Amino acid sequence: MFNFGEILETLKMIQEENLDIRTITLGVSLLDCVDSSIAKTCENIKQKIREKGQYLVETAKKLEIKYGIPIVNARVAVTPVSLLAGGFTETETVKIGYALEEIAQEIGVNFIGGFSALVHKGFTKGDINVLNTIPRVLAETERVCASINVATTRAGINMDGINFSARIIKETAERTRDKDGLGCAKIVVFANAPEDNPFMAGAFHGVGEADYVVNVGVSGPGVVKRVVEKIPGADLEELANEIKKTAFKITRVGELIGKEAAKMLGVKFGIVDLSLAPTPAMGDSVAEIIEAMGLEYCGAPGTTAALMMLTDAVKKGGAMASSMVGGLSGAFIPVSEDMGMVRAVEVGALNIEKLEAMTAVCSVGLDMIAIPGETPVSTIAGIIADEISIGVINGKTTAVRIIPVPGKKAGEYVEFGGLLGRTVIMDVNRFSSEKFVMRGGRIPAPIQSLRN
Amino acid sequence: MQEKALITVIGEDRVGIIAKVATLLAEANVNILDISQTITGGLFTMIMMVDITHCNLEFEALKKSLSDLGAQLNLKIEIQHENIFRAMHRI
Repeated sequence: MFNFGEILETLKMIQEENLDIRTITLGVSLLDCVDSSIAKTCENIKQKIREKGQYLVETAKKLEIKYGIPIVNARVAVTPVSLLAGGFTETETVKIGYALEEIAQEIGVNFIGGFSALVHKGFTKGDINVLNTIPRVLAETERVCASINVATTRAGINMDGINFSARIIKETAERTRDKDGLGCAKIVVFANAPEDNPFMAGAFHGVGEADYVVNVGVSGPGVVKRVVEKIPGADLEELANEIKKTAFKITRVGELIGKEAAKMLGVKFGIVDLSLAPTPAMGDSVAEIIEAMGLEYCGAPGTTAALMMLTDAVKKGGAMASSMVGGLSGAFIPVSEDMGMVRAVEVGALNIEKLEAMTAVCSVGLDMIAIPGETPVSTIAGIIADEISIGVINGKTTAVRIIPVPGKKAGEYVEFGGLLGRTVIMDVNRFSSEKFVMRGGRIPAPIQSLRN
Repeated sequence: MQEKALITVIGEDRVGIIAKVATLLAEANVNILDISQTITGGLFTMIMMVDITHCNLEFEALKKSLSDLGAQLNLKIEIQHENIFRAMHRI
């Protein structure tokens, strides 16, 4: 029998502190779906996803009831479409995007990730097809997400890929101008993209994975914040320990639900992603954890240290709780999705440069940042290159999800709605990166790539 | 395998809470394995470990009837599968 304290703690975590399973993502390999005809290929894709995917939402619902814990999203990630698109034209590649949208609607998932290209070392015809069609697909579908891997520690940084991505971002913003560039919320540019990441918009199903796999992303900024607030006098060592214990509990719940979901769907369980992912809901904020640690605003000096401690403690607790840890695993610091971050930007405590520094110690990167619509492509490329370099030199994943909001200037507001939240548009450095980024080519892999 | 769940009842104390909850469970063919209950500062808190293996209702329906009973009695009644507590609190 469990004691009162334990049971009440669990109930409280769920009911008052927003502990939830952020996402159950079904990964599906589409490698066996390619046919010489595009119509047949699209049909195969839909059939392959439907086979297990049709039970996904229902499974999530059942588990939600059984354990009384909210499962916020059920999603699908597929093999990067660039691996399927090589034999088709661009017009045909767009149809794969439509097919993904159709099946996502049919099975009731809110996002399907994998309209992706991996170009860290160079471009194939399939990559070019996908890259050229991303703006159109993102503008014409609601649920399809795209990602581009432009660098790895082993391959270096493909600057042409970054320039290409910056142009795509700008064009996607233009094509979704009536929705404040919302399409850009569905593109992530990665360095060292993980193949088992359950979090959108960057989720795709890596080639090393099985036909079907279930990955789970847990989240609990509210729970961690409560723990931090509960011991105001604690020193940092004790604080780190308490966060670690909490991360353990959160991760165990994720593993339980992930394993059970996999069993119910008859597929392999992949990984738990140990991330603190915020939502626009009050109290569900990573910035607020940092502030609860004693910083006036997220972004104040000391923020990077606080975030480093937080990320590390979450990983330590999580790694003990589950042997199957993967994905991004860290603390997400998307601006528009985190009320505390938005507030910190509003008061001037947080800017892009500080966010970039913070990403040196946590996962993901510059996430859900709205910038002025008139920002030049070369500046966007420069921002991406900086962020990607942090990932490459540190052998970890970083990414950029940035939205140049058409027609809006720094200081204005933009509303993306739902989980994507609202934010104030951030200022960007006005000095030019043009000549540097337009050199193109590849920044060679750092010396750490020669590891054996 | 035996399937167990934990029921928590929290709210203002009054006569007959245990009787009403127990009656509902008996009707659903749910066996009570353990009960512990305290009253602190007028707040009634009860935790029941129950066996739902032979429950004649779907879990969702059982959950709903418990929460309806809670609404009637002005209490918060929750049922959750035991696994979540085991996962969280036992290594």
